[in-house]
Amino acid sequence: MSLDKNLLSKLAVGDKHGEDSPYFDGWKAYDNNPFHPEHNPQGVIQMGLAENQLCSDLIKEWIKANPQASICTAEGIDGFSDIAVFQDYHGLKQFRQAIAAFMEKARGGRVRFEEERVVMSGGATGANETLMFCLADRDDAFLVPTPYYAAFDRDLSWRTGVRIIPVECNSSNNFQVTKQALESAYLNAQETGIKIKGLILANPSNPLGTSLDRETLQTLMDFINDKQIHLVCDEIYAATVFAEPRFISVAEMIQEMDHVNRDLIHIVYSLSKDMGLPGFRVGVVYSYNDSVVTCARRMSSFGLVSSQTQSFLAAMLSDQIFVDNFLKEVSKRVAKRHLIFTEGLKEMGVSCLTSNAGLFVLMDLRQMLKDQTFESEMSLWRIIINKVKINISPGSSFHCSEPGWFRVCFANMDEDTLQIALQRMKHFVLRHRENKKRKSFQENLKLSFSSMTYDEHVRTPTLMSPHSPLVRT
Amino acid sequence: MGILSRKATCITHGQDSSYFLGWEAYEKNPYHEVKNPNGIIQMGLAENQLSFNLIESWLAKNPEAANFEREGQSIFRELALFQDYHGLPSFKNAMADFMSENRGNRVSFDPKKLVLTAGATSANETLMFCLADPGEAFLLPTPYYPGFDRDLKWRTGVEIVPIQCTSANGFRTTKSALEEAYKQAQMLNLKVKGVLITNPSNPLGTTTTRTELNRLLDFVSRKNIHLISDEIYSGTVFTSPGFISVMEVLKEKKLENTDVSKRVHIVYSLSKDLGLPGFRVGVIYSNDDIVVAAATKMSSFGLISSQTQYLLSALLSDKNFTKNYLKENQIRLKNRHNKLVSGLEAVGIECLKSNAGLFCWVDMRHLLRSNTFEAEIELWKKIVYEVKINISPGSSCHCNEPGWFRVCFANMSEETLKVALIRLKMFVDGPSSTTRSQSEHQRLKPLRKMKVSNWVLRLSFQDREPEER
Repeated sequence: MSLDKNLLSKLAVGDKHGEDSPYFDGWKAYDNNPFHPEHNPQGVIQMGLAENQLCSDLIKEWIKANPQASICTAEGIDGFSDIAVFQDYHGLKQFRQAIAAFMEKARGGRVRFEEERVVMSGGATGANETLMFCLADRDDAFLVPTPYYAAFDRDLSWRTGVRIIPVECNSSNNFQVTKQALESAYLNAQETGIKIKGLILANPSNPLGTSLDRETLQTLMDFINDKQIHLVCDEIYAATVFAEPRFISVAEMIQEMDHVNRDLIHIVYSLSKDMGLPGFRVGVVYSYNDSVVTCARRMSSFGLVSSQTQSFLAAMLSDQIFVDNFLKEVSKRVAKRHLIFTEGLKEMGVSCLTSNAGLFVLMDLRQMLKDQTFESEMSLWRIIINKVKINISPGSSFHCSEPGWFRVCFANMDEDTLQIALQRMKHFVLRHRENKKRKSFQENLKLSFSSMTYDEHVRTPTLMSPHSPLVRT
Repeated sequence: MGILSRKATCITHGQDSSYFLGWEAYEKNPYHEVKNPNGIIQMGLAENQLSFNLIESWLAKNPEAANFEREGQSIFRELALFQDYHGLPSFKNAMADFMSENRGNRVSFDPKKLVLTAGATSANETLMFCLADPGEAFLLPTPYYPGFDRDLKWRTGVEIVPIQCTSANGFRTTKSALEEAYKQAQMLNLKVKGVLITNPSNPLGTTTTRTELNRLLDFVSRKNIHLISDEIYSGTVFTSPGFISVMEVLKEKKLENTDVSKRVHIVYSLSKDLGLPGFRVGVIYSNDDIVVAAATKMSSFGLISSQTQYLLSALLSDKNFTKNYLKENQIRLKNRHNKLVSGLEAVGIECLKSNAGLFCWVDMRHLLRSNTFEAEIELWKKIVYEVKINISPGSSCHCNEPGWFRVCFANMSEETLKVALIRLKMFVDGPSSTTRSQSEHQRLKPLRKMKVSNWVLRLSFQDREPEER
């Protein structure tokens, strides 16, 4: 039951939230038929969700051992009323301190974060939107290297009216962003009268699973400093880095590159990936620009972290021993999963972009495309969802400029399920290879008979099988 | 800095207003009965601290909710991962039931039409994003909650046009005031998209009458615009005439399932009724599918922590608890309200007759030097910095008559309220009387001996004894 659409806002009736895209069909397929090892072993396996389910046991253990961390238990109830009324948008001091300390540890203690600059937000989703509201006006633009996290379209643009200008990266250099690509995108925008306010990217990258090396970071910092535009670094996957190059935060670069204007540097963080706590909605805006800190803090009223959650996390993240062990385990377990999955894919001849972070890999299925188009990518994707019964994310949903790349998540299920997924993939890949061989055999057959009168029989479906009579003759 | 957005550099967030300055003064010098008895008493904060013990004792009896457990099983992982913007079903069901209970079960709420948001702050902003484009306007009766200037306007670009209400009729919304506001908007070239009321009202503490609600529904119906009813204080109604929700009136007028009903939206929260503002629990309720769908997507920017959803779903599903809580809470609020009102009456200060809320709308017009807003601010500064009580001046609530102040009564202990009343009495009796009778002096002496009365030394009375200056 709904009204005359003129009575609502353009935001409400439009589709700029991006949720009508085919990307979500995979989710629907999963929701309609979710895999379960006992109840629904033929169901769709969810590999389109970048969740970290690898370390919840560590947190559960800590909770059991620390009942005083909850304001609801007998041990912690004395704090209940003070916490329940606490809605100060500065956030609980202990919480801010604990978050700053955690962020430092996730960067190997190589940087210092000031707790006064830690500003809360409704997850990284809220943090990214808030920064857009602070740094850009409607119709201003931000550069974003492709491929990028699908929901940036919603988070950065929807309600803010800020435009996204993609900076194309391609597989020829493993999708690394180059100075040339940046300059080119910047110039094109200028020529069409679009005002670029900054550059935003995720480091480590989603969907690439790679972290930026020092040279690239220097290039980026010099670029934004030269143009005097903002740099927003979404470091939400910081602690998932498990191999070289080690994680280098923009916070570290600032220390080295003191000619760069700090007022242009902003970090987004969250506990959703590193700690696997997306439900707790813990986002952080960390800016080196005082005005942005003030503004973002005022805006945080629209998405404060529940004081119950702040209080709980303040206790847990202040536990140095727990945090040190946790961070160590995260990268160890992610590394293990990554290895199992990439080795499994390698065995069937499927390669992935070399990666050292993230909860996913970017799988290279270009060879399996009928032709190098996005239509073919979508066809292949639908087969994988509907026939192979695995939900993965097509590169086009990440605005990848080349068809054939798919993001596959590996940290949101148990190892057995991962093995089942690998089996299904193997079965599919091998069969696909066979079919391809047959097809090309058929093509060759056509070619070798081309000088003869074309026999209609050659084209019947029974020729699909290599054991058909015509092959033997 | 030219490199920031206009939103970052403008002051539409309203946080430089007097409302917030009073807060700052309090933050710098907060009253504490032992550690800082000369500090500023906070009466500018509409918080409900009267009924925590009821929640605390429920928690003591229900450890599972606290421990991420359900029927003996740990559900920590499920909760940690739960970020579905449709919200925890058990929580939405419990909220829908609770909202219904708050309205004496005279109306029922469909959980599918509920959208969860990070507090009413986020709910109100989200509704603006859904119902209006930048540059369009909503009409609001004055006086209104100062935070609306930020919540409704700041990032949305929506304008507020006031519906002027006056003390002549107890600040009720009249038909002519509605028409006047609408005309005013048109003159300013602003397209009016709706009316937003707060029922019960902040800062008045009064519930909207059936007549007013009918009048509002007729108005929005004729103009083909929306009506938002922020019912955040619905559980604080402590005496007659009782709370009537706009949803009830729609039902009475048999307007459910009509176009008008699709344009009526409710905002709710647990920040006032349950006294849990820290938990950031807000709700939008709408009969329009598109609004529900759009608002649900927007809630991604401010979801409720799953940990909190789970705890509250258990709390609110306990009907014994909710029934007892609502009743007891109202009794305590009534008590406090009466104490403040009679304490003020004793010093010749009247309040607007009210039946709800966590505050009184206090008439200090007779204490103004002149009938101007300058005089109001002058009086307010005295009260904050000399009497050391933070209250909210009517001008910060966009009241069009100087001299009214909102004074909160539910966010401190009874003893603190007494101290505040004593201070006010001293203030009223002091500077307003040019001579001081001996008997008054005598009454003051025992007070000076009390530890809490050290503040007396700070007051700038002309005839204070030398050693007190």
